[in-house]
Parts: sequence; structure tokens; C-alpha cells
Amino acid sequence: MDLSLQKTARLKSFGGWGAAVAAIWILNFFIQDIVDPYVFSVIMYAGINITLAVSLNLINGFTGQFSMGHAGFMSVGGYISAFIFMNLPPEFSHDPILSQFTFVGALIVAGLGAALIGYIVGLPSLRLRGDYLAIVTLGFGEIIRVIILNVDAIGGARGLPSIPQLSSFAWVYTVAVVTTFTIWQLIKSSQGRAFMSVREDEIAAESMGVDTTKTKVQAFVIGAFFAGIAGALFGHYLRYLNPQTFDFNRSFEIIIIVVLGGMGSITGSIFSAVLLTALKEVLRDLKEYTGVDLRMIIYSLLLIVFMLTRPNGIFGTRELPEIISDLKKKFGYRKKSDKVGSKS
Amino acid sequence: MTEFLQHLVNGLSLGSIYALIAIGYTMVFGILQLINFAHGEVYMVGAFIGMYSSVYLKLAENPSIGSLLIAMTLAMVGCAIVGFLIEKLAYRPLRGSPRINVLITAVGVSLFLQYSGQLVFGSSPQFFPELYKSSAEGGIWSFGELKINPLQTIVLGISVCLMIALQFIIFKTRLGRAMRAVSFSHDNASLMGIPTNRVISYTFMLGSALAGAAGVLVGLVYPKIEPLMGVMPGLKAFIAAVLGGIGNVVGAVVGALVLGLAEALVVGYWAPTFRDALAFILMILILLYKPTGLFGTKRTEKV
Amino acid sequence: MASKRNLFSALIIVSAMLTFGCKKEGDTTTSTGGATKVEGDVIKIGEVGSLTGNEATFGTSTHNGIELAIKEQNAAGGINGKKIELTTLDNQGKPEEAATAITKLITQNKVVAVLGEVASSRSIAMAPIAQQYGIPMVSPSSTNPQVTALGDYIFRVCFIDPFQGQVMAKFALDTLKVKKVAILRDVRNDYSVGLANYFIETFKAGGGEIVVDQSYSAGDVDFKAQLTAIREKKPEAVFVPGYYTEVGLVARQAKELGLNVPLMGGDGWDSPKLTEIGGKSIEGSYFSNHYSHEDKAVYVQDFIKKYKADYKVIPDGLAAMGYDAAKVLFEAMKKSPGLTTKEIRDQLAQTKDYQGVTGKITINEKRDAVKSAVVLRVDKDGFKYQTTVAP
Repeated sequence: MDLSLQKTARLKSFGGWGAAVAAIWILNFFIQDIVDPYVFSVIMYAGINITLAVSLNLINGFTGQFSMGHAGFMSVGGYISAFIFMNLPPEFSHDPILSQFTFVGALIVAGLGAALIGYIVGLPSLRLRGDYLAIVTLGFGEIIRVIILNVDAIGGARGLPSIPQLSSFAWVYTVAVVTTFTIWQLIKSSQGRAFMSVREDEIAAESMGVDTTKTKVQAFVIGAFFAGIAGALFGHYLRYLNPQTFDFNRSFEIIIIVVLGGMGSITGSIFSAVLLTALKEVLRDLKEYTGVDLRMIIYSLLLIVFMLTRPNGIFGTRELPEIISDLKKKFGYRKKSDKVGSKS
Repeated sequence: MTEFLQHLVNGLSLGSIYALIAIGYTMVFGILQLINFAHGEVYMVGAFIGMYSSVYLKLAENPSIGSLLIAMTLAMVGCAIVGFLIEKLAYRPLRGSPRINVLITAVGVSLFLQYSGQLVFGSSPQFFPELYKSSAEGGIWSFGELKINPLQTIVLGISVCLMIALQFIIFKTRLGRAMRAVSFSHDNASLMGIPTNRVISYTFMLGSALAGAAGVLVGLVYPKIEPLMGVMPGLKAFIAAVLGGIGNVVGAVVGALVLGLAEALVVGYWAPTFRDALAFILMILILLYKPTGLFGTKRTEKV
Repeated sequence: MASKRNLFSALIIVSAMLTFGCKKEGDTTTSTGGATKVEGDVIKIGEVGSLTGNEATFGTSTHNGIELAIKEQNAAGGINGKKIELTTLDNQGKPEEAATAITKLITQNKVVAVLGEVASSRSIAMAPIAQQYGIPMVSPSSTNPQVTALGDYIFRVCFIDPFQGQVMAKFALDTLKVKKVAILRDVRNDYSVGLANYFIETFKAGGGEIVVDQSYSAGDVDFKAQLTAIREKKPEAVFVPGYYTEVGLVARQAKELGLNVPLMGGDGWDSPKLTEIGGKSIEGSYFSNHYSHEDKAVYVQDFIKKYKADYKVIPDGLAAMGYDAAKVLFEAMKKSPGLTTKEIRDQLAQTKDYQGVTGKITINEKRDAVKSAVVLRVDKDGFKYQTTVAP
């Protein structure tokens, strides 16, 4: 392909991402005036879930490794950032300009901390396959939780209250866009093909010269990095962290999002993160009619039914643009066939 | 010294509980290579069936081995049915799909049973009636400072008996041979005329019945049951099965006892708060250094 | 090379965003509440509770108590002629769900007051939101001192951990006359950890000695390893500030191991399940509580009778706390003619000597309930009153 053409195409796509971020920052000025605070909080959690789901999708969907410890990385990030602000003088949390710069720094440190833990966890455990890896990552998640529970400096079982609320709409969604952008670029690159080759057939990938262990660790570290940032955003939105928040049920929740969206589809993860976060709230209202809380039962049934009828999730491994163009084709085709039908 | 001995006794009795659950776990894994996350929940259902049957049949009014056996049989039958349904409705349609999908379904089934359990049984803990009372003074055997709960020796005894019975079934019966064949290769087994689906169904029912028995026995020793009681023991039993070499029944029992002992000693002498982490640490170590477990046989991956 | 340039442009964008986005941040903190007012003929109040999940049993009890209080109040003509309407939202025992739930209650359901939560961890997540919108929040049983420190709209009707820890430590020293106590705390539970810490503080100050500090996690069923280690240190009593869900089994296993010393605990013990699960083994143990079931006073017996009629079980401590939280709130509402949230808050703050089921409740300047605690002994036929400790 012509190199310059490729470059313009890439620049064009960069422009799209930039526009998205700009739109987010403009929206940030008035979003709280146009939406109800409750809806706003759902929007915020949806944004955090997007980051979590897309980053887990890199590990579970694109690299084919089944991690059940995402909540562990999330907690590491959350606690690191909260700990940073805990130890800074109060003006770092309150000064409108200073707090923003500190927050970005804290987010990055939180991500790096989680990535480091991801590396430590990933290196030994990624030698394992499938189910074993699943259970080991679950184990690491639990170990992280137990360790946090035992560190008194960060509150232990009593949790960490009064974290400054710095996660604004803009930051949550900027992170979501940056995560999506990074992982999107990554999987479209040669490195991305390495990820997917590991998923498709590890032995074949190895024989083609892909360093499978390194690839897997990379996926883990990058996934953990963004999960850590998401954790920090979570803590700075809720203003409170508690080790119980990050037990394996939280990891399951993220897995459910990724699976329903389609493992290997980034837009699928985004779609499903928004859908499931909203669904949780819609089902909350259902309780008014049923009298009992059926949310988790419906969730688990959804998971089973999806696996039985549409195991690839809503989007499969395809992305939204492909689906739209497919739909267009289908639609166009039908129109034609209808005409043919009416003639005869 | 007595303290150490007491810790050993505690560890063994805790381990025997894990063993009881682990046996069923390892059987199902052996044949399907599936971590049946719902196994812990089947065990919970077993405990509740045991409780309700003893309440309705008034079994607790004359505690005896007989009442215990009745409750246990009912729980085993009930759980076998639950296991059959789970396999039929959730796992069988997925035969041949990627293992990740089956794993996710297993998580789904597990969550479903947990939350419907809360709906059906209520969320508050229930007292499990005393179905059997030891004749020993105060229900405890005392050797000076060393105290042993006779119930726990019964549990240990039953786990060992079940282990032997299973070994017999697996290695000496036609069904067992079929099970081994299916676990080796589904396709080849069915080519040899083995009704693989039926064999898998039987295995599931057998494994679930064992979980049911475990539910009743655990209810007897720790008379508090609740809908979420299966989560941690389920995970621990799985870890025990991994320690022993998954798919190996003797290994599961040994692994469970090792895990029980390790937990008792860590809590007794070191850091009690790390108890839940310990199981996972042990599992990670064993998977890294001896991935086949203490008793497992190595399987080479076919290219 | 390309990546370097990308990095550079990314940096520029980020710093631009930073300076750009700052303006908004500064003015979000100012939010004055108190303007919300009851309109129409119903008073809407909200409740956030753990109705499913690990701690569902506690949330359900509290919910029952609250519902009973509302039923009673409405039967008696409501508040100044207006009926009370309760909206209950579940939080599955998760702090972030609790935060979303209270946001919904306040902004969508337009409640004028919120009852909840049982656990301090979830109350802490809810409190800043109630404060931000100026909606009074009354927690029935969050005993962590930090909860009400989060804002002047946050109240509780229970005593706090430091007081309860003191009560039991003094009881151990003065009445039981023990000097060597072992601790067995539930490390998953902030309530248990806090209570244990305050107990140790007072007990040591009073000349006592903590011989060993062991722990378990909520949901455990086997405590023998911990109890064996405790037995080795020969304590004269064991302080187990957990919930009744585990304590019954702890007592059983302690007796099995021949650890025949009294157990002590806090209000988390108060449930008929305690004696049901603990059986004979729990007899002779002591715990601090808000009230005694034996109290012949009409308000206590009446509550127990009505609760039993509605829910077929004997109320536990949390049900009584939920009932009282609702009642204290109604009392404050009755005294606010305009029924604005500000008025309700002010009336709540002035609650004085309100006779609830769980004792005389006075709200102090920290918005905590000042009330006396009782110590009960677990006997064959129920919890026997031992002594009252005034704050």
C-alpha cells in the first residue's frame, strides 16, 4: 500500500480521537446542568466500566488469556492514588489547578503501580493455560485484597474515607478514550497480530517466532495499567475505598461485560459496559413491581443464556463499523431482492 | 506439644471437610476438564435439603446414625438431580465449544444458584439440626488437653470410604472404565460405542451427590448454613484438588488434608489473617513448580 | 520517530486540557441544601440497605424494623396528617451501589430524608452525597466514629465503637474481674476491627493484658486453629466482637476445645440465631447491647410483640435499631411544621431524651446518639440483663 496514503488515513483517525476528547471537555462544562445527578453518576460508572472492560478485553479477548483478577489491579490503582493524596498537604486536593495536575500524576502512578503488580502476577502465572490461569489470577486478586486488608496505613478493613472527589466527567471519559485508543492502535499493529496469534494457537504462534510468554505478559501489564487508572478514578469518584469492594465478584462483573460485548471486540466492550451499567439501574426499578431484587439472578441468567445461544457475545469479534457496513449491505441486498420479488 | 497435636487434629478435621467437597470436584474435572464453579453451590443446596428434610421429617427428634443417613440420602438424591439438570441445561449444549465459554457458563450457574438461593432459602443463616449425637461426654473425646470431636472423625472416615468406593467405581466397574475412556478422549470413546453423554451425566450426578453428602456432613459439624456458604469452601476444595493433581481422587483427598493442615498451622503459629490467601499461594506455587499436582500424571499437549 | 511525535502532541493536548478544564472544578464544591420541601400529601423517605449479597441478613432485619415503624406511624395518622411513603433500594452490600442508590433516592424519588446504612463502610460512601444535597440521613447502626463526621446532615441513633469498646472493657475489668483477655476479631468487618481496637485501648489503660490477638474472616466456619492458639495463652475471657452469624460457631468450637472461659462481644451478637446456633456453648457469655428484651417497659414489649406478629420471628438488635432510627426521624418531622429538610435536620440535632426501644436517645453535637448501653448475659432462656452503663 502507498505509504503516504496510510499516513493520511492514520492522521485522519487521530483527528477523530482528538475530536472525541475535545467534545468530552466541552461537554464537561455543562453536562451536570443538563442531566440529572443520578443519571450522571450512572454515566460516570459506565465510563469507568468502559476502561475496565476494554483493558480486560485485551487480556481475555484479544490474547485469549482468561484473567479473573482484574479487580485486584483496580484496587492497587485506587489505593495508590488515594494514598498519594492522603500524604500530600490539603492544598493539593483543593486548589483547582494544582489538584488537577497532581491528579493526572497520581493517575499515572496508580496505573504504573498496577502495571508493576500485573508484571509480577503475570510473569509466573502466564506459563499456565486456560482454567488454571483463570483460577490463579482469581487467587492473586484475593491475595491482593487480603494484603490490603492487613495494611493499617491504608485503613485495612475500615477502608479509606474522605478521598478528594477529583474524577470529573472529563477525566473519566478522557481515560476511556485514551484506553480505547491505545488498545485499538495496539491491536491494529503487528504487536496486535502477535496477541491474536497467541489466542488462536499458541504453539503455532511460537513456531512462527512470536515470543508467547512476552506477548502475554505485555497484554497483562497494559491491561493492568488501565485497570489501575480505572481504580483510581473509581476511588476519586466514590470518595471511599474498601477492600471488600474489590473481591472476585467485582472481577466477575467486568468479565460479564466483556463476554456479553464480545471477546475481541472493543466497541462491543464499550457498548456492553454502557448497556450493563444502565441495565443494573433499570432492573433496580423492576424491584418496585416484583418486590424482590432479581438483578443478580437476571445477570447470571443472561450470562448463561448468552453462552448457550450467542457465545461470541453481542458483537462477536467484530467492531461497530464493520457491523454497520454489514447491516447496510444486508439492508441494501434485501431491498433489491424485494424488488425482484415484486416483479415476478 | 499438645498445642501442636491439637493443631494437627484441627487441620485434619478441616481438611476432611475440604476432601469431601474436593472429591466431587475432581471427578467432574477429570472427565470434562471443566472447573465446575457451581460445585460449591450444589454443596450448599445439599445442606439446605438436609436441613429441610430433617425439619419436615422431624429427624432431629431422635438423633441417630439412621436419621443422619436418611437426611444424607435425600440430600444426595436432590443434589444428583440438580447436578443432572445443570449438566443437561447449561453444560451439555456447550460441548465442543471453547473451554472459556464453558468456564463462563460455570461462573454464571454458580452466581445464579447463589442468588436464587438467597431468594428461596432467605439470606439469614439457618441452624442445622443435630442429627447425630456422640455418646462421649459433652460430645467430645478428651485426651488431656487434646480434644477431638467424634463427628469430625466420622467426616474423615466417610471421606476415606467415599474415596475408596470411588476408586473402586473408577477402576473396577464398567461405568468406571467408560468414564476413564471418556476423560481420555470424548471422540474416541464414542467411536468405541461408549454413550459419552450418558457417562458424563452419570459422573455429574455422582459428583453432585457427593457434594450433597458433604453439605449434610458439614452442616452437622458446623451447624450454620446459608446461601453463600459454598463460595469459599468451593474454591478451597478446588485448590485442594489442584494440589493433589486434578482428576485424581486420592490426590484430592491428600491435597485437601495438606491444605487443612497448612491452614491450621499458619493460623496457629503465624498470621491468621492470611488464611484465605494461603490456599491461593499454595496453589500458585504448586502450579508453577509441579503443575500436575502431587499425584497427577502429565498430559502432553497434542499439536 | 512517529511515536515520539505522538507522545509530544499528546503531552501538549494534556497540558492544554489541564488549564482548560480547571475553571469548572473550582465551583462544583459549593452546594447548599435545605431548600427541598415536602409537597402534597405524602412524605417520601428513602432507605438504602443490603437486601442481597453477603450481608443481606443484616439489611433485611433493619428493613423490617423500619417498615414496622412506618406502618405504625401511618396507622396513627402519619405525620401532621401526611402519610409516609418509603422507597427502599438495595445495595448488595457494596459501597458504590449505596452511593448510587442514595443519589437516586434524593434526585429521582425526591425523598426528604434517608435511613441507612447498617454498615459503616456503606454509610461512609453515602454520607457525602446526603450532605451535598442537604438531605438528612439517619444511620441505624453504623458505629464507626467517622460516619457522622462527614457532614452536619448525618446522624445516627446508635452509640459509637469507642463507647461500646469501653463498656465491655470496663465490664471485664470491674465485674468479671479478669486481667488477661484474648481477642478474636473479624478482619473482614470494619465494625469488628474498630470495636476490638477500642476495647484494647480501654482494657490496657485499666491495667488489663491482651494475651493474644487473633482474627477470622466473616463467612468462615472453622475457628479451631485460632481458638487453639488462644487456649494456649490461657486467657480468662475472650472478646469476640463479631456478628452472631459467626459467634455461635465460635462458642461451640471453643467449648469443644475445652476453652471454658466466658466470651464477650458487642451489639452484633443480638439475634435469636446466636443461641440457636451456639446452643449450650454460648451460655454464660456476655455482650453489650442497646437494650434488653427482658425490659418490662411497654415500649420494648410492644415492639417485640408487634414485630413477632408481622415477621414471625423475634426481632434482633438491628431490627430494633432500624425501628428507632425511623421513629427518631418521625419525631423530628413532627416538630418541623414546614417539613423542609433544613428544619428536619435541625430538629434531629435537637433530639433529646427520646424514648426508643433501644434506650433514651439524645443526639449530641457530633450528631451521635448518646445513650446508655446494657450488658447482657446469654442464658438458657434468653439474654439476661446484667448492668447498665451510662455514657
